[in-house]
Amino acid sequence: MTAARVAAAGTLVVVAVVLQVSFFSHLAWDGVVPNLALLVVVGAALVRGPQFAAGLGFAAGVLLDLAPPADHVAGRWALALVLVGWVAGQVRQELRPSVPFVLATVGVCSLLGTSVFALTGVLLGDGLISLPDMVQVIAIALVWDVVLGLLVLPATMLLLRRLHPAGLAW
Amino acid sequence: MVAPLGRERRWRREQADRSPSRGVLVALVLACAVLVVLDKQGGEDSPVEAARRAVGEAIGPAESFSAEVVAPFAAVPDFFRSRDSLRDDVRELESENQRLRAEARTVDLDRNRLAAYDGLARTAADTGYSLVPARVIGVGPRQSFSQTVTIDAGSSAGVTPDLTVVNDDGLVGRVVRVTRTTATVLLLGDADSVVGGRLSKSMELGFLRGRGEIGSEALLDLDLVDDTVPVDEGDVVTTWGSEGGGPYVAGVPIGEVVSVTSSPRETSRTAAIAPYVDFTALDLVGVVVPGGTTSDRGLLSAEEGR
Repeated sequence: MTAARVAAAGTLVVVAVVLQVSFFSHLAWDGVVPNLALLVVVGAALVRGPQFAAGLGFAAGVLLDLAPPADHVAGRWALALVLVGWVAGQVRQELRPSVPFVLATVGVCSLLGTSVFALTGVLLGDGLISLPDMVQVIAIALVWDVVLGLLVLPATMLLLRRLHPAGLAW
Repeated sequence: MVAPLGRERRWRREQADRSPSRGVLVALVLACAVLVVLDKQGGEDSPVEAARRAVGEAIGPAESFSAEVVAPFAAVPDFFRSRDSLRDDVRELESENQRLRAEARTVDLDRNRLAAYDGLARTAADTGYSLVPARVIGVGPRQSFSQTVTIDAGSSAGVTPDLTVVNDDGLVGRVVRVTRTTATVLLLGDADSVVGGRLSKSMELGFLRGRGEIGSEALLDLDLVDDTVPVDEGDVVTTWGSEGGGPYVAGVPIGEVVSVTSSPRETSRTAAIAPYVDFTALDLVGVVVPGGTTSDRGLLSAEEGR
């Protein structure tokens, strides 16, 4: 069951990363696309907790860092998504989370993820852009992630919950 | 059912779940830091490049497939837009027509400029390069703050790093890395992109830098080597190319000067350049390869293209 869960989460991440660059680029708003990988990590965090989500975040981030056409310093998205997974995992509840709660979590995580990525870029002097541009990108990404989170998160969480060992389900 | 027991078990699991997670978090963050350092320090031959290549080999075909599948759906917004955009096109063409008519009336239609164009055409015909046609299959998200795209031609199509990428409007960028079936292209607008440019009118040289902007209003900055040269709006900038044609071949049109700013303090002048290529609507591009390259697809040679 664990292997199945890891495989399912891994597949979700790969699909998310591929769709992000090939499909959503057509819908890009000012060049910004919804960060599907981040949504999958948040979904996993809300179902499985911080440890699993941080690990998944690392895998998803490394994939985002390495999959073409990425050209930034590798490890930046990985760091951002590890933190996202961990933070989102902290607010996991015993009960099935309500929609506003999930959306609020997505919003916070989107802000956190995109900002951490942008800040590491500033620290490493990688792909420098102006502050207003950065704020604009972070804001648009936030809107996109929350909107798409409405669709992606319930599906992700349902899938991961289904694969949960029956005895431990809550 | 057995509430206290259940709760206790749950609580235990919580503990088990949460307490080691700090250790896991630290380990993962350190792993990220290692990755960053490896990539930052390693440069061209870091292990990260090998990993990038391996991931590219695996993900490239998936991107290719996905781009193929979504292409018909991606065109849907265009159906709805078409009438409006056609109307816009008509308006645009009318105004352009008017402008051209006015220009044609000014009889001394810069002989200089004409000569420049002639030279340009000659350069293009003389270069003896061929083009590998390719389609854009993936666009880097702007959240990544770098402007790159994936194209569906890789090393098996004869593409290698540091080759020029063009489309029918002008210069697009250069290839930064390849896998067997895909290549990553750094676009002109990326903040890391620097291209040697030449003003076609005065033949003066300069360097074009991307601003990291995206969209149809995105501009490039041209720093002139000699800042005493007059620069006029509408001057055409082309590549001046480097030895052996890499990374940029000579004579590819890049864009036009839209404004000039001079700062007396830095005693330098910067011109803003509007690129000819619309980076938000990239589809078919050509990779400039040396003549005689072996490729698994049909090459377009300069003579045929003309």
